Parts: sequence; structure tokens; C-alpha cells
Amino acid sequence: MENYYSDNPSLKHHLNNPEMKRIVDLRENNYVEKDKFDFAPLDFEDAMDSYDKVVEIIGEICAETLAPAAEDTDHNGPQLINNEVHYAKGTALSLEKLNDAGLFGIALPRKYGGLNLSIVPYVMAAEIVSRADAAFANIWGLQDCAETILEFASEDQKERFLPRVCAGETMAMDLTEPDAGSDLQAVQLKATQNEKGEWYLNGVKRFITNGDADIALVLARSEEGTKDGRGLSLFIYDRKSNAVKVRRIENKLGIKGSPTCELVFENAPAELLGERRMGLIKYVMSLMNGARLGVGAQSVGICEAAYREALKYAHEREQFGKAIIQFPAVYEILSVMQAKTEASRSLLYETARMVDIYKCYNAISEERKLEPEERNIQRSYNKKADMLTPILKLMSSEYCNQNAYDAIQIFGGTGYMKDFPVERIYRDARITTIYEGTSQLQVVAAIRGVGNGQILSIIKEYEEREIPVEFSSLREKLIALTEQYVKSVATAQALENADAWDFLGRRMVEMAANIIMAYLLLFDAARNDYFVNILKVFMNMIEAQNMSSARFIENFKADELDYYRK
Amino acid sequence: MSFRIVVLAKQVPDTRNVGKDAMKADGTVNRAALPAIFNPEDLNALELALEMKDKMKGAEVIIVTMGPSRAAEVIREAMYRGADAGYLVADRKLAGSDTLATSYALSLAVKKLFPCDVVVAGRQAIDGDTAQVGPQTAEKLNIPQITYAEELLDISEDGVTIKRRLERGTEVVKSAFPVLVTVHSSAPECRPRNAKLTMKYKHAKTVSEFQNDDSDYIAMRNIRPYLCISEWTAANLNADDNLLGLSGSPTKVKEIENVVLTHKDASVLSSSDDDINLLMKELIASHVIG
Repeated sequence: MENYYSDNPSLKHHLNNPEMKRIVDLRENNYVEKDKFDFAPLDFEDAMDSYDKVVEIIGEICAETLAPAAEDTDHNGPQLINNEVHYAKGTALSLEKLNDAGLFGIALPRKYGGLNLSIVPYVMAAEIVSRADAAFANIWGLQDCAETILEFASEDQKERFLPRVCAGETMAMDLTEPDAGSDLQAVQLKATQNEKGEWYLNGVKRFITNGDADIALVLARSEEGTKDGRGLSLFIYDRKSNAVKVRRIENKLGIKGSPTCELVFENAPAELLGERRMGLIKYVMSLMNGARLGVGAQSVGICEAAYREALKYAHEREQFGKAIIQFPAVYEILSVMQAKTEASRSLLYETARMVDIYKCYNAISEERKLEPEERNIQRSYNKKADMLTPILKLMSSEYCNQNAYDAIQIFGGTGYMKDFPVERIYRDARITTIYEGTSQLQVVAAIRGVGNGQILSIIKEYEEREIPVEFSSLREKLIALTEQYVKSVATAQALENADAWDFLGRRMVEMAANIIMAYLLLFDAARNDYFVNILKVFMNMIEAQNMSSARFIENFKADELDYYRK
Repeated sequence: MSFRIVVLAKQVPDTRNVGKDAMKADGTVNRAALPAIFNPEDLNALELALEMKDKMKGAEVIIVTMGPSRAAEVIREAMYRGADAGYLVADRKLAGSDTLATSYALSLAVKKLFPCDVVVAGRQAIDGDTAQVGPQTAEKLNIPQITYAEELLDISEDGVTIKRRLERGTEVVKSAFPVLVTVHSSAPECRPRNAKLTMKYKHAKTVSEFQNDDSDYIAMRNIRPYLCISEWTAANLNADDNLLGLSGSPTKVKEIENVVLTHKDASVLSSSDDDINLLMKELIASHVIG
């Protein structure tokens, strides 16, 4: 039996990160649930053994069911029948298998029917699912919306909706509208209350992934006359009400198995989630951070899929009397693909661990007041997670596109045909740099950390960490790269021109991202020899890239913006 | 109402990935060289049993396997998928059993679980491919049997209706309880391991397996009796030792021969309509298609 978890030693490495002790201890809160639930762990070792076993089940289903179904799902896709979405056969089968295996609500508390695993194995599951079928990963991954219900909904709402998610009902987040894409403040879907205080939704949503889901979170304008984000609230819509029509399913370039819907709300009854006016500024922000982590996982999964396909083909394909992998031009591409995959994966799980820790404290704070020291940890990890999330989203999504491009290059003309999965991977990858905030918007989110030194302080923390002596020369290189980065930032700041700062933003963010990922790979290499060559390949790549960016910033004058203005 | 379904399952060497050292010089299977897996058709059998359980209120699925102590893994695998309990029939005296001796031991084990309503087994195991153990067990239990089951059509207190996969078509049969059913590989594949059940039953062990565990786990098993996989020896089954193992097995392997299949009479057809018509008729007549 094929298994996408056990065939990938890198996953086991990340699942067994030393930080997991702290994370699992926090999440299991002294392992109190062992007397209440027969599947709760007795101690840390038992919990880790369960994590391993659960991810192994996912790995098997992904390799044996999801991956073989991906091609058919891509070709046939979902159908619109009587204003309802009917999934492709493969999608329905995959949902059924994952539900039989009890793999919905992985990170939700046991009392709502969840498995209460930490965020790390949950993110790992998302990565593995994406390697098998990135389109399906959207439908399955949207269960992440349940996190927002868990964090902000009333207890009554949690008790009604969360068990349904754990039982396999699907979710959607209905944010985008024809005139509100990247700018969600412009959302117009109307929410009005009748005299009994019940809410009704009217209007149109567009580009909604899995729009016909069982349970949807809907962003709507609840405050009449307002124009900005402060007039928006978040609502829960239950498909059982039958008051939302799917007007069309978009015909897309990629992720064709995932239905992207245009929705018409006609007096659709809905429940307010949390407080009025907090929809965009609080809840959607949290929703988006979760979704960006999800796209990170999806991107790493696509990176892995593209790399595996290319590697296999390069071994099999013979030209000029030998397998093409023996040509330097080919093995360089493959090594770089692998380095990008592992670098973005290290960043993915680093970010997941940060999210894990602060969310554990969030959960504890609902039970009791946090000690001052705990509150400090909670805040600092929350800040770090918020800093790393856009960097992860930016780099992993760009890398998976680069890997998909390179995979087709390795296949040559064959890869351009529909006969191999690489062409689907290439199309599926394309959306990752766009949805849940484009790469350009991730730079906007990350550039603040460049300006206020927050990113530098993360890098400095890594610099201080103890490492085996054989890695000290690599660390010296990274210290030099950090100095170069600091200098570039100072140069850009000295221009004292807001447009020039934005213009150079992506280069600075990428320089920092490269250093962060290199440090993470270094820590991985210190624990596991598998990463040593990968780290070296990555270092060679980023030293050249950062030098190029530094040179560009150094040479740049603010008045040169005129060459570029259109 | 309780409804008891017993599943007979076997741990087998994975003969689908056979290397050079798969057979020993004496013509027996070299079990050490092959990974041990849940016999594929027994997984189909387990699924059929679980479908029965889904449809019959208060039903329980009990898995019985005969083999060395590591065969307990098969019982855990079944529990991860929905079986409620398991029994391992393990005894040195059982070593070398052919189908006659095996069905004797299994029938004694099933008798100990009487009254049971349905016994389900895979059609055959991939290490022997005899398809004899199920039918022989039914005979020894003196209950009716439905072989080659492909689909569970109906089950109620009155009996079970099953579609059988035959060489040239299908057949629907109905039986009262108790009945023994052997299941064909064309039946639905087994549901996946369930995450919660896996976490719940991963500590399930036989007595010989948990001897080395620390006190925490022993304490846990005292609170959770379902974690004990019962072990039965020949003595527990009140078996006649002469009917077990090598002495109870009239089948002896004389020789193993490696057979390479070659095709015989080939015929060449043109792409004319007449030739294609002829071929189609021939294929339909021989039930290759249609």
C-alpha cells in the first residue's frame, strides 16, 4: 500500500520536532481527558504515537484514494444541477473515505466530537491531502472555518455546529463579492434584522470556494449607511435553510475539482457570530490567518507533488544513452526544487508551532486567567505567528509555482500533454499566489515587520540558538546575509519616500524570508543528516538571490520610480 | 436483541510483492522474507460484517484469527475499522495445519462463541489460495454456507440476502441464521482505519504481548477490559490433538514447481467488419465480455 506520510521521512522529522513536547503538554492540559474519552492520550509519548498513527491513516487514504481520483475530478469537476453543486464522483468518494476514517475536526476539542490533535499534525494532514489533490484540499481544508466558530461563537452555537463539522459536513467562507475582492471593506451583501431580532441576508457573493457547503461563514453589512469595514459583521448560514442559490460554477484554469460559486442570497436566515461590527476587523482577520496557513500547507503539498513527479521521470527518461537525471542541467533543477520544498516546509511547521502555542493559551484563557508570564508567551507567539504567516504564504506559493514550472520542464514535451499529472499540478499551483491575499498583499503585511525590526528580531533569536560546531561556518554566512539585509533596509529607509519603500518591499521581504528559511533548515540539518545537502543547495541559491536584491536596492534612486510609472 | 457476527481472518505473507527468497527449499513459504498483512479478501469479509453491523441494531463483530502471537496485529487492524472484540487462537500444536486441521480448530473457536448468527470469512487466503477453510468450517459447524459473496442486499431478523459472484454471472440467495458467508474480492473494499478507534484500540494486546508493559498501561487495561485480546490454546478449545497441526493434516506438499504461462493458439484477424463481428461473437459466447 502506498502511503504519502510514511514515504516521506521529512514529515516524521517535523512531526517530532522537540518543541512538540511543550505544545502537546499545553494542548492536553495535564492529560486530563484520558479518564473521559477512551481515545485521549495518557501522556506525551502516547499522544505522539497517536499523532503518528492518525497521520499515517491520512497518508494511506491520500495515496490510495485521493491521488488516483484527482485526474477524473480535474477532468469532470463538479456539476451545477438545479442551483445546487454536485461534486465529481472522485470528490464524493474522497469525502466519504476521510469521513469514515473520522478525519474531520482533527484539531477541534473532543467534547464537540473532534480529535483534539495539535495544529501541527492538522497542517501536516492538509499538506498531504494537497500533494494528492490540491483541488480537493480546498473542500477538505475549509473545515478550518470551524476554528473561527470555536474561538468566537457562543457556546450554544458551538454545540450546534461543531459536532456537525466533526461528522463530515463541509464549510465555506463567503467573503468575496463582485466589487469586493482584495478590498473586503467594500462588501455590500445586506444583513437586516426583523422585529424579532432574527437576521436575514440578501445579495450576491462571487468566487466562493465550495459555495454550496453545509455551513457557511458570511461577511455582510449589518450597519446600514456604513461604507467601511466597521459596518460589517460575520454570520453563520446553515444550508438546511435552503435560501441561497448557486447561480454558476466558475470554469477555472486549475483546482477544477473545487467548485467556485456565485451565490445569490434571498432572505437567507442567518445567525450573528460574535459581536456586530467585528466581522472584518476581528473575525475575518483570524479566519484569513488560518486560511493563509492553509494555503501554505497546500503550496508545500504541491511543491512535493511536483518534485516527486519530476524526480521519478528524470530517473526513467533516457536520452543520449542515459537517464536524464545524470545531466547537470537536470539534477540542478531537481535539487533546487527539493530545496524549495524543504525550506518552505520548515517554515510551514515553524509557523504552525507558533500558532499552536498561542492558540493553546487562548483555549486555556477561557478556562482560567493566564499568569502574567503565560500572557507574555501567548502574545509573543501570536505576534511571531502573524509575522511568519504572510512570509510563509508568499514564499511557499511562489515556490510551488516555480516547482510546477520546473517539473514540466523536466518532462519536456511529454509534460505539456494531459497524460501526466504535472500539467494539472501546474494549473492547480497557479491560484496559490492569488487567493487568500495575493503575493503583493503578503508583502504589504510583511513589510511592516521589516520596517519596525520585528523580522530582524526573529532572525536574531535564531542567530543565538545553539547549534553543533560543524554548522558554525554556515551560520557565519547567515550572519553576513543578515548584515546585508539590515544595510539594504537602511538604504531603502534613507530614501524617505513611501512609494520607493513599497517598490522595494518585495525584495526586502524576500531577503529576510530567505534568511529565516535557511536558519530553519540549519536547525533541521543539525537534527537530521537528510537536510545537510539540501541546506547547502539552498544557501547557494539564496546567497546569490540576496546579493542581487541588495545590489538593486543599493543602486536605486527614488526618482527612478518615474521609469516604472505607467 | 443481540446479533453476533464472527469474522475469520488470517495474517498472511504479502505474496503480491514476492522476491527471490519467498520460498524455502522444502517448498514451504518463507514467512520471514515477506511482510505480514491482513489477508485481502478477509478485509472484504470484515467490511461485509461491518455493513451487517451497521444495519442490525445491537450487533457486534468479533474477529477470530489463528496464528502466531504477532497475528494479534490482524485483530487490532480489524478493531481500528470497527470490530468490537477479538480472539487469537495460538498454540504450537497448530503449526503446519492444512485446511482440514485449520477448519477444525476454527470451528471449535466459533463454537465457543455460540450462539452466533453469522460467520464471515474471505473466500481464500493469498498464501494458499485453496478457498477450502470457509466451507469446511461451515460443514463442521453444521450450518449453511453462502460462498463467493459480492454484495449484502438485505439483512433482517429473518435472514440475510446476498449476491454471489459466479464465474459466469451472479446469483442472489437468501439464508436464515446461523450461516457462514465467504466473501469475494469483488465485494466492497474495507473501510479505512478510523482515527478515534485507532487511538482507542492501539493499546489492545494479548496476554503474551502486554507482559512487558509498565504499570501505567497495566492499570489502564484494568479499567478498559476491551483492551485485552483473548488468547485460546488448543486446550481452551478442548481440541483433540490428533486432529491439529501436522498430525491432523492429510495434505503434504510433495514438490513445488515454477510454472511459466505461455499463450497457445493465436489467430490473426483483419480489421474488416466481418472479422470484428466474428471476434465479438466469440468473445460474447465465451463470456469474456457481455
